[in-house]
Amino acid sequence: MKDLIRASLAIIVISGVLMYAVSLLEDTSSAGGGGTINVYNWGEYIDPELVSQFEEETGITVIYETFDSNEAMMTKIEQGGTTYDVAMPSEYAIEKMKESDLLHPIDLNKVTNLENIDPYFLNLPFDPGNEYSIPYFWGTVGIAFNPSLLEGQTFETWDDLWDPTLEQEVILVDSAREVIGMGLNSLGYSLNSTDMGELREATDKLKTLGPNVKAIIGDEIVEMMRREEAAVALTWSGQAADMMWINENIDYSVPEEGSNLWFDNMIIPKTADNVDGAHEFINFMLDAEVAAQNADYVGYSTPNQAALELMDPEVTGDERFYPTEEMRERLEVYENLGLEMLGVYNELFLEFKMDMEK
Amino acid sequence: MPDLKLMEQQAMKSNRTNPFYLIPYYLWIVLFVIAPIALVLYFSFFDIAGNLTLDNYRNFFSSVYLRLTLSSFWYAFLITLISLLVAYPTAYWLTKTKHKHLWLLMIIIPSWINLLLKAYAFIGIFGLYGPANNLLAAIGSERLQILFTDFSFIFVSVYIFIPFMVLPIFNSLDRINPALIDASRDLGASSWTTFTRVIFPLAINGVKAGIQVVFIPALSLFVITRLIAGNKVITLGTAIEQQFLVTQNWGMGSTIAVFLILFMIIVMMVTGEKGGTINGKIK
Repeated sequence: MKDLIRASLAIIVISGVLMYAVSLLEDTSSAGGGGTINVYNWGEYIDPELVSQFEEETGITVIYETFDSNEAMMTKIEQGGTTYDVAMPSEYAIEKMKESDLLHPIDLNKVTNLENIDPYFLNLPFDPGNEYSIPYFWGTVGIAFNPSLLEGQTFETWDDLWDPTLEQEVILVDSAREVIGMGLNSLGYSLNSTDMGELREATDKLKTLGPNVKAIIGDEIVEMMRREEAAVALTWSGQAADMMWINENIDYSVPEEGSNLWFDNMIIPKTADNVDGAHEFINFMLDAEVAAQNADYVGYSTPNQAALELMDPEVTGDERFYPTEEMRERLEVYENLGLEMLGVYNELFLEFKMDMEK
Repeated sequence: MPDLKLMEQQAMKSNRTNPFYLIPYYLWIVLFVIAPIALVLYFSFFDIAGNLTLDNYRNFFSSVYLRLTLSSFWYAFLITLISLLVAYPTAYWLTKTKHKHLWLLMIIIPSWINLLLKAYAFIGIFGLYGPANNLLAAIGSERLQILFTDFSFIFVSVYIFIPFMVLPIFNSLDRINPALIDASRDLGASSWTTFTRVIFPLAINGVKAGIQVVFIPALSLFVITRLIAGNKVITLGTAIEQQFLVTQNWGMGSTIAVFLILFMIIVMMVTGEKGGTINGKIK
């Protein structure tokens, strides 16, 4: 009993000391005292230096958290718990959040840097008039591959993934819409298909990809490709850019049957605590120099015209990552298919994972 | 163990006279055990649109989920069996060593490290150019695909669960009165007979506790399925996570959870002990 009391006392004392230390540390970091904002973003999707720069310039402390799917992000915002002030969902998620009344309207007068954005990316169908969202990055879904590990295979069409020489070489991103969408695209169907026949056909075709599939994972894909653990990956353009940054052997291609074109945007959730701080953060991210530095770091394509002029023309002229408007015609933007269809996509994805041919 | 029984009875008697002390316990049980289970049960009767329905249960008996359940059980069984095969001799050997508590500590310490960290470490170790493959290459073998296979999944899971299996078995083996073993030998039993007729039955509760502690979490592993098995192994845990976080179909997620709870109760009943002694249980 004595030991127990002594141990409990020790725990209480140590916790007290640690809490005091934490409060000291936090005091020094929020010197400006402009409040805090909670930013909720995809993993590896911002240059951390810019967060510090923002904190220094405005005195606002940024609490930064990451998510790995639109769905997970929406679930967390819907449940409350933490009140996020800025988040970066994709277009179909914004449509859905608008429907569920989860968004706070953005005061465009406070976002003066909006003029930097290429008008192509403004006023898009998922948010007419940019009432609720400001463009952050855009990109495509395609195939990253490492020719030095391959025997001359190229990836002009999705069917090239089914090549029997690629046994155990293909990594897929762990996301239902990307994988099922790829199956649909490979059959020439729309990746927004809601036709059960087409979806069934796509799933059955995907199952035959089994022998080539090495793994179905998330952000770990980048590490796997960098270290040449795998030769081919179905992934987003920016992840491919990340890989290429480190491993120059890697190339990226968007198959000609078409693929997904997506836009990630900054939004303010309805539950936000610090709406003014959120506006300041959004405006800061649109600054030409900031956006250029961020695009350099993250590797995705920036919709910021003023930033493009500051960037390396070799990067911005690369049609793999900045496809021309003509090339974008072949690509499709995800539509919000509704909860029920999302459920169907996920059931089929689960079935694909279960029944992949070994 | 009459003295233990007596103590238990005394404890119960004192509880009966002081119901006040039980309030925090009951409060805890109601808030954190009964209420969540009731909520899970409640949500399992709603579909994705919020209508009251039994569809989720019908859906569970579709082929996908049934096969999912079977494969979860198969992997959990393999993980438990291999853990047991490794842990029993280890625990037995531990009781024979001089500094047994030091050795025990060495086995337990890895379980203090976060599961995710261990999983990431294994990604490196099992990689094509990781230490495991370097070793293979050094002895002249070809580099093998170790990561994202059934083997890596079971290996890492067993590694993670071994301390939980060793601990209860060690406790029950350690509590066996050495005089019983001496008596068995004196009466002419061989070491094998002593083991099967004396040691094993006396320590069976530790084995049962170990099986419970390993089998039940192994049914619902989900971090390792993605990081180590590359989602080529799907367990009930993965399916629940998907339903809640991605599909937002809380009804179906809850239904799978209801079945998981049922399976757990069955496992507890099968491995549960009858007499009511607390021998070998971690308390």
